Amino acid sequence: MGFKEFCFKKSLWLFHFGGASCNNCDIEILDCLTPRYDVERFGMLLVGSIRHADVLLVNGSINQRDKSRLLEIYEQASKPIVVVAIGACGCTGGIFAEGNTFAGPVDKIIPVDAYIPGCPPKPEAILAGIVKLLNK
Amino acid sequence: MAEQLFYFLIYPGLLFAAVIGAFLSWYDRKITAWVQFRKGPPLFQPFYDFFKLLLVKETILPKHGSKGVFLAAPIFAVFGASIAGVFILLPVMGIETGFKGDIIVIFYLLTIPSLTYIIGALASGNPLAALGGSREMKLILSYELTFILVLAGIIQKAGMTISFSEIISLQTLNGVFAGSLSGIILFIVFIFCIQAKLALVPFDAPEAETEISEGIMIEYSGTPYAMIKLTKYIMFFILPAFLIGLLWGGLNFEGINILWSILKILFVVLLLTLIRNTNPRVKIKQAIRYFIVWMNLLAIIAIVLSYFGL
Ligand code: SF4
Repeated sequence: MGFKEFCFKKSLWLFHFGGASCNNCDIEILDCLTPRYDVERFGMLLVGSIRHADVLLVNGSINQRDKSRLLEIYEQASKPIVVVAIGACGCTGGIFAEGNTFAGPVDKIIPVDAYIPGCPPKPEAILAGIVKLLNK
Repeated sequence: MAEQLFYFLIYPGLLFAAVIGAFLSWYDRKITAWVQFRKGPPLFQPFYDFFKLLLVKETILPKHGSKGVFLAAPIFAVFGASIAGVFILLPVMGIETGFKGDIIVIFYLLTIPSLTYIIGALASGNPLAALGGSREMKLILSYELTFILVLAGIIQKAGMTISFSEIISLQTLNGVFAGSLSGIILFIVFIFCIQAKLALVPFDAPEAETEISEGIMIEYSGTPYAMIKLTKYIMFFILPAFLIGLLWGGLNFEGINILWSILKILFVVLLLTLIRNTNPRVKIKQAIRYFIVWMNLLAIIAIVLSYFGL
């Protein structure tokens, strides 16, 4: 592993994109930042601007309106960026898959690097997914 | 010439100040984590962050904005911070004496990073950045007066000398300024000025992360953002060093004194971190009132007290 890659993996800054979710996944993502799970141990931080982000966390189903926004967010990000789809909604559409405003799961819109299924996934599952991503 | 370049680039300028500042910024994050019962980041985290931004990430330029100014601003910030660092650290660590009136020069140099942030933010053409820039400007206008009053108080205590190294040597002769009543008041006001200069909570309205998405920094990515991080690391070391030089007898890196010097810096940064962790963000209006009314009042009281020799 080169020096560049090492630094990148040691300092992943997260940006959270919530689609049309039921809000449960959002809460579980925020749980990862709490004292009990504390992702800052791995050097991860939640940042406020997509320009600084290294990981784009997408949760919730993506509907017609979210689609253009998600695309725009993805294009504005400074590359390389890792996209993680969180929750059943992010991975496949989940319970919203049959809805008539549904615009396809995340990987139909932007390339996804990791999927973390669950409805909602436990914080442990999210951490496990991130660790797997780090060791990839 | 070679000596000056060495001072500027390596010791005690750019490189040294940045490395120490990076470790201090780790210390700040670790203390924050402990305050919140977390474990906190690893020791070399600031270096990983810096090299990631510098080497890995792509730099994005604003489409509607002035690209040259946008890119030049962070470079000027680094230069301003390192020149200020050289002028502060040479006398504080007792390497060279500096010149007469260097306090005034340092005072101006220390405003360069904040000013360049504003210029860069306005050049990016982003409305949130412009909002952050205007807040930073208001903040500068309010704390700069307080800062100059604090310096006036210190100059008064030192018997009207405006040379930094003379102030330090006076303290080694007659005891530190922070040991007297007016010195303690000046110390407190100075701490709050540093807090605002570093844009830490409670005075982080210009970069409010949750409110205006990091405001003045919003458009920066890649290498320019790494430069801004570098500036922040340098400022995180030189401002406490300036405070210690002016009020607490400077730093001494010989023999056993090195331990005491490190403790002094860690103590000042600990104070900054604890203030940052126990306070909410204030609105910009409240911050202005806080400095213009209360901090100025305290500084003037300290000046009057020091006039009577207290
Ligand atoms: S995956 Fe489940 S918990 Fe998460 S947003 Fe969808 S419905 Fe809600």
